[in-house]
Amino acid sequence: MNKKDKAPLIRIAKRSKSVLSPAKVWAIRIASLVIAIIIGGIIFAALGANPFSAYGLILSSSFAKATGRRQVFKLMIPLLGTALALAPCFKMRYWNIGGEGQITMGAMAASYFALFWVDRLPAPVLLLVMCLAGALFGGIWAAIPAVFRARWGTNETLFTLMLNYIAIGIVAWLQGGPWEGKPGSQLIPQFKDKALLPRVMGVHCGWIIVAVLVVVMYVYLNYTKHGYEISVLGESENTARYAGMDVAKVTVRTAFLSGAICGIVGFMLASGTNGSLQSTIANGAGFTAITITWLSQLNPFAMVAISLMMAVLSKGSGNVQTTYGIPASISGIITGIILMSMLACEFFVNYQVFFRRGKEEGR
Amino acid sequence: MDQKTIDPKHIHAKEQAVDMRGITKRFGPVVANDNIDLYVNKGEIMALLGENGSGKTTLMNMLAGIYMPDEGEILVDGRHVTINSPKDALACGIGMIHQHFKLVDVFTAAENVVLGLEEGGRLDRAEIAAKVSAIADKYGFKIDPNKKVYDMSVSEKQTLEIIKVLYRGADFLILDEPTAVLTPQEISHLFDVLRAMKADGKSIVIITHKLNEVMEISDVVAVLRKGRHIKTVRTKETDPNALTEMMVGHAISLDIERQSYDKPVPRLTVAGLCCRDNEGVSKLDNVGFVAYGGEILGVAGIAGSGQKELLESIAGLRHVTSGSIIYTPDGRVPMDLVGKTPMEIRDSGVALAFVPEDRLGMGLVGGMGMTGNMMLRSWNRGKGIFVDRKSPEKMAKEVYKNLEVATPDLDFPVSKLSGGNVQKVLVGREIASSPSVLMSAYAVRGLDINTSYVIYDLMQEQKMKGVAVIFVGEDLDVLLELCDRILVHCAGKVSGIVDARTASKEEIGLMMTSIGGEEAAGE
Repeated sequence: MNKKDKAPLIRIAKRSKSVLSPAKVWAIRIASLVIAIIIGGIIFAALGANPFSAYGLILSSSFAKATGRRQVFKLMIPLLGTALALAPCFKMRYWNIGGEGQITMGAMAASYFALFWVDRLPAPVLLLVMCLAGALFGGIWAAIPAVFRARWGTNETLFTLMLNYIAIGIVAWLQGGPWEGKPGSQLIPQFKDKALLPRVMGVHCGWIIVAVLVVVMYVYLNYTKHGYEISVLGESENTARYAGMDVAKVTVRTAFLSGAICGIVGFMLASGTNGSLQSTIANGAGFTAITITWLSQLNPFAMVAISLMMAVLSKGSGNVQTTYGIPASISGIITGIILMSMLACEFFVNYQVFFRRGKEEGR
Repeated sequence: MDQKTIDPKHIHAKEQAVDMRGITKRFGPVVANDNIDLYVNKGEIMALLGENGSGKTTLMNMLAGIYMPDEGEILVDGRHVTINSPKDALACGIGMIHQHFKLVDVFTAAENVVLGLEEGGRLDRAEIAAKVSAIADKYGFKIDPNKKVYDMSVSEKQTLEIIKVLYRGADFLILDEPTAVLTPQEISHLFDVLRAMKADGKSIVIITHKLNEVMEISDVVAVLRKGRHIKTVRTKETDPNALTEMMVGHAISLDIERQSYDKPVPRLTVAGLCCRDNEGVSKLDNVGFVAYGGEILGVAGIAGSGQKELLESIAGLRHVTSGSIIYTPDGRVPMDLVGKTPMEIRDSGVALAFVPEDRLGMGLVGGMGMTGNMMLRSWNRGKGIFVDRKSPEKMAKEVYKNLEVATPDLDFPVSKLSGGNVQKVLVGREIASSPSVLMSAYAVRGLDINTSYVIYDLMQEQKMKGVAVIFVGEDLDVLLELCDRILVHCAGKVSGIVDARTASKEEIGLMMTSIGGEEAAGE
């Protein structure tokens, strides 16, 4: 019954969810990942490297040796931790893009105890105090914009973003001023061993904390009253009020929780990875985590896989740079392509494309 | 296939304005329109009748260029056409007035009319205003071309939408449920206008499920059921019962049997209630009434004259500036609900099955399934940090069974259910909490007949249990049949409370537009 006259070339129709089995949805997602990797390969080729050996190098440099693996895990810990921290906020449709600042403030608070209380407290107590101080400061840093939003309806996206720069500025000031080690060094001294996180299986024990957090966050979001409040509020503030929820309280509490986890990540970065505090300590984790949280669709277990992938790309690109002379920013480009194609694939999960002639389903 | 059911004399009697042949439209696995053959004659008003989800709007959207048919062809004035966009539709002379108006609030009527037209030259507001007025005069519309849309009432906005398509030269108009938001007086005015347009040779399709309106305005009635065209009949040759049977597929009684509850007791005494909206505009002004347990108190009024605010105030969702709401539960001390939190009010037995303008905006969480939505009431119960899923799940199963909710499973997002089913979930949950005051607003908006009657029965059932039911409704016929008393709202004030057994529709209509109903009597 198809007409030959001028029907549109491409027609887009919404799929009903029941059409696609979960397996098919995942097939589409994996296919889009493959496409992204192929496009990345084309870029490698354009820059004069064999894509297969370049990807091979990325993988082998990450996994072939124990040192590579350790480095990957070190990179992965803050990414995964921050992604987990952002999940409740994003579920609430509260756009916390201030992870960077919350990490920095957490690291600063932890560093205070590492620098000035190290001789007065036994090691386990010191580390615990550092962790709690990091959580508290990160939490407060995130709660400030939440309070403003709850009371005066300010925009949290802009607010959290701006607080990043203030946090980094504060640490930069400490670095060159009151906390400076050798005069003129512009550096804060290295922590004493007592204030460093112990290693477990070659990597600082922060990975255990993050691994526990994955499970805790999954349970928190899906099975607790708080998690339920967050999902309802994310869908509709009116419904939340109707159900008798205290919107302001839930907003501030969730933001605090998110910031507190970021703060703990900051503590781990200072005490575990760097052994000191720098204004650049977060090193973009707060932003990369946004991508991870988004790609994982707020599923903590998916975050593990995606942050691992990000860490591998970031680690491997360094080696690609030295071997092929390709700038390490290639990892950023590939990450961008993956993000784009993942977003595009959600379109194909939700919509169906018909072409004029047949009834073939577009992919 | 349906041709044989149509009176053959009818086909040749008049010229066809639009002829749809073998139209099929699918959404995923759902067949919204199944091989529909339908034509509309010039100079006729056709009522397109069908329950919710029967495919009326979908079918008309294909004429209006919103959707493309998967199969079938459309003929306008005997020519084959392909309608890819609303622009194409207007080029064929087809214009549709949607349920949700598509107007720019800060523009005037005239500006909205020319918006999107690709006419060369300067924007001559005076000339446009003159043209708009000319169209309005021709058919008897009342409109001020220089009035801003945000100052307009719903009926003025609708008028503007109609003028917009007439200005673009449409001679085939489709109106999607145009009367849902109008007062009786406004409806009769709209019908006058439609008749004037018909006399001018225009063809009109009016999508509706109100049978009395079908009988009043239409020349022919086309009935759709579950995406199929059941029959087209001349209005003169049919009656509401026959139409209902075609619509539903079996005979049902259209009467609501109003039962009487013996011993009504005062349950909710509202006095001097005032409240303002977020901009500080007064929404309720000295509202007072008594709601009795064992009666249904109807609330009538033009949309936006304070019904929503009244229910929200009682439920504790809105800040009350003055007044009292005394709630008298059985065998307990009366308490003032003003100043209590929504949670405390609910726990004391005042339930709100509130259906706001969009059903999912409040009261339900669209992305969650039935179980998740049942939890909205109980999520805070019990000790510990974990939310109890067991009892909401049990409740969801009961609502699913008792109200026959059509859902694939209890975790299927309610936003993907049809309007009727969404409503059942909401009302079912509120009733399941065995309240002693049950408030519902627009409980049957957009629902099909069957489901509407299920909801009415549920309300009556609650009333017979001694519950004080407050029922904010739109359809005055229904309010008159279902309720015991009707409170009429006018601009945030109580215009009067009438006995539903003796009051007339016209009387209530007048009270809706002026306090006590006197001033507007001349209109």
